[in-house]
Amino acid sequence: MTEQQGFPLPSQIADVPGAENWRSMYQYFTRFQPEDDQRFWFYNSMHFPEPIPGFDSITSEIPYQAIGANTARLFVFPTTLGIEHRIVNGRVYITANPVLDPAEIGRRAEVFGPRAGYYFEHWDSLYEGWKERVRGLIAAIEAVEVPSLPEWEPDEVVFESRGVAQNHYLVENFSKCLALYSKMWHHHTEMLMLGYGAYVVFFQFCQQAFPEISDQTVARMVAGIDVIMYRPDDELKNLAGLAVELGVGDLFTEGCVASDVLTALETRGEAGARWLDAFAKARDPWFHVSSGDGFYHHHLSWNDDLTVPFTALPGYVAATAAGGIAPRPTAQLMAERERIANGYRDLLPTDDEKAAFDQMLGLCRLVFPFVEDHKFYCEHWFTTRFFQKIKEFGALLAQVGVLAEADDVFQLHHTEIDQALSDVSLAWAAGSPPLGAGHFQPIIAERKRMLKVLKDWSPPPALGPVPEALNDPAVRMLWGITQERIESWLNPDPDEVVGVAASSGVVEGVARVLHDVAEIGSLREGEILVVPVTAPSWAPVFAKIKAAVSDIGGSMSHAAIVAREYGMPAVVGCGDATKRIRTGDRVRVDGDRGTVRVL
Amino acid sequence: MSVFALSLPDASSAAEAGGKGASLGFLARAGAAVPPGFVVTAGAFAAAVTALDPSGALRAELTALPVDGSLDEAGRVCAAFRARVAAAPLPPEVAAAISAGYAALGDGAPDVAVRSSATVEDSADASFAGLQDTYLGVCGASSVQDHVRRCWASLYNDESVAYRRRLRMAEDGVAMAVVVQRMVRPRAAGVMFTRSPVTGDRSVVAIEGTWGLGSALVSGDVTPDSFAVSKITGEITSRRVSVKGRLHSFIQNGGGVTVTDTPAAQREAACLDDDEIRSLADVARSVETYYGAPQDIEWALLDGDGPAASRIVLLQSRPETVWAARTAAPVAAPKARPADHVLSLFGKHR
Repeated sequence: MTEQQGFPLPSQIADVPGAENWRSMYQYFTRFQPEDDQRFWFYNSMHFPEPIPGFDSITSEIPYQAIGANTARLFVFPTTLGIEHRIVNGRVYITANPVLDPAEIGRRAEVFGPRAGYYFEHWDSLYEGWKERVRGLIAAIEAVEVPSLPEWEPDEVVFESRGVAQNHYLVENFSKCLALYSKMWHHHTEMLMLGYGAYVVFFQFCQQAFPEISDQTVARMVAGIDVIMYRPDDELKNLAGLAVELGVGDLFTEGCVASDVLTALETRGEAGARWLDAFAKARDPWFHVSSGDGFYHHHLSWNDDLTVPFTALPGYVAATAAGGIAPRPTAQLMAERERIANGYRDLLPTDDEKAAFDQMLGLCRLVFPFVEDHKFYCEHWFTTRFFQKIKEFGALLAQVGVLAEADDVFQLHHTEIDQALSDVSLAWAAGSPPLGAGHFQPIIAERKRMLKVLKDWSPPPALGPVPEALNDPAVRMLWGITQERIESWLNPDPDEVVGVAASSGVVEGVARVLHDVAEIGSLREGEILVVPVTAPSWAPVFAKIKAAVSDIGGSMSHAAIVAREYGMPAVVGCGDATKRIRTGDRVRVDGDRGTVRVL
Repeated sequence: MSVFALSLPDASSAAEAGGKGASLGFLARAGAAVPPGFVVTAGAFAAAVTALDPSGALRAELTALPVDGSLDEAGRVCAAFRARVAAAPLPPEVAAAISAGYAALGDGAPDVAVRSSATVEDSADASFAGLQDTYLGVCGASSVQDHVRRCWASLYNDESVAYRRRLRMAEDGVAMAVVVQRMVRPRAAGVMFTRSPVTGDRSVVAIEGTWGLGSALVSGDVTPDSFAVSKITGEITSRRVSVKGRLHSFIQNGGGVTVTDTPAAQREAACLDDDEIRSLADVARSVETYYGAPQDIEWALLDGDGPAASRIVLLQSRPETVWAARTAAPVAAPKARPADHVLSLFGKHR
């Protein structure tokens, strides 16, 4: 590594004034150490674009212990151990731990080969088993009971000689949530790192054979059609169709409010009941899609906030009534995917290269359904249920007076929640009031204030000495960190936001910055959507906008894939687009270069 | 026509029509939009040179020039021969053939481009090709005849002769054809490659262009706009719009080429819109398919309201030579199992 001008060292980052006490929110092992100055760290703006509340830091702690375990210990990837993370001023910085010694790489490769080979060889059947296991975890998190702490235990505890009172389950069941969350993340990475390995191999091959090919074009050869991400939107279209068929379409008008519509449907007899029945079926699991990607508690699902589906439904109802919604042209999309793949294949000069191309592309298509669909099971379905369960514990803590409101639970670190539950447990047993209110409420108030202050801090994109070479394919694939990217960080253009070129084309238009899914109604036809992240729950908005820009995501992210299907430009993984672009700004989105310019 | 002048679709032999003439003939026969024109054949050149140097003594003098001899001496001999070529009256049959070819290009006195088309050029060495002259905006039969002789004379540039001396080529085997084509008045013009000249990527068409005549680009007078288009997806994968300070245009009725400052509104504006870029890429692909090898193409885009595809004309196409000459190692070979590609990426063979 060579020392260059540029990024500050971790030790040079000062506490943000007014938020000096930020460390109290996070675990001691997330703090930068003096020796960390020797290494290159980059800000994981893709997953953590805003300061993380105390509880939400679990979404870095748990995933990184799962990812590292998978690469370093489970499959024994030859060239990489795990990813280390640190938190400073509420932001997560990460660095990869590479294996550089050739002898050690060789030793690890001996173990890696058969293990990885086994998974690739049995991919489809392993994926079937994987789905079963993760569905089991989802059922388990849904089944976790949050104790109600009755005045007296019910009879059966005594007459069935159970002997264990409810307060015991406060701590046990809370721990169970954390344990299930950890297990979910282990399964999340179980097949994912290998899947990314297949992508990296094919992307690298394509870039060597066709130096000017874009990542998005490679992605188009890989992407399948029949993926879960379209399912929630399809469910909405079906519900719209049903509403028209049953003659209740009149209730879905522009600006309608979910609760009013649902109440009105109850007065519409058989038709209303049938629609509500279909609605209930669609909600579980498809409305568990999160408005984000599961890294913050406030990334709510459609089920948590019905605004998004009920903003989309009137348009779909109107379209159905006007002759029907054209289904996704899946046959055409598949034909186009084959045409592109065959086109590039035909340009390869030798039969050997064509055969290698077929193998690598085949492997990518084998892993694609998992790589795409795992997000619904893990980040959406499971995580939505997980945060809901934690919020139930928050409601209990609010009910006994420890918290002012249920949502405050997310200001506490999970070890602090554990303490608060012990306090409640003891107090209930002793017949005395818990002491948590006096202890935690001032802490929570300070943290809420600090998070607001920290939100305005602009974190340096990277810290520490610039590495001579950045050749870790995973870092490149997942975070798009390249030498050019580092260069642009060192010499930033104040009017240009740089991200990943995700869907080609260039358009100019008026930006609409949406931080929250609840603001979706303010979106106007033909605007350019600028958001922290998009997820399947955002699907309905793509029919309205002419380009998409996101803080989070890579060339295989939701926004990228959907934008390509709509043929609109998209730049994703910008890190701070929602901060630097304001609603009403005229911007030029260049989906070929991966830039957004404020005009 | 005659053995001394061939209409473009009849030009097929590079020995007779020169590389450029034969290539334009090939394009014309393929149905590509090529400005109407004719080729003054190598035979016409031979007849003219034989007329002024019946014994071959003058050309023997050129052949005898030492490879590393005095530049002054070589320059004097070349200049003398050039002067004779440029001044000697054309054999009557050659003059008649040129006049007839010119008359067939249209009523009145159309403006034409008179371009050298050496019989040994392009394939031998691209830099050699650049040594011969091209005249734009020539008008009238006698002026065309004059410029044909000037093209011939350019074959005796000091540099061209020195080049042949280095290759030890005999002067009596040297010949040149000349292409005479109606001028086009392009809104924009330039070159395009069916393989990236920068990276060698076969999956893109790389287009360079500027406002007005392409001579501004070929002469290096402007930095052109450049675009790359994926042959497979049709997407424009890169675009760089440059500041194009100078504009080449031709003055009608034989006024030649004029160089002016580019109007302010055009200086920093892209010289092609997306539709035009894609249409050019489509044309490039079909030319490449027709030739069966990567091509280096000169194009012009005419003014007008018609669809872009109907406004494209081709001025030249020749095989891409730089990347074709390189032998690249295969990027990858198949493995026993597909997963082995991943294992070797992360394994010892990385």
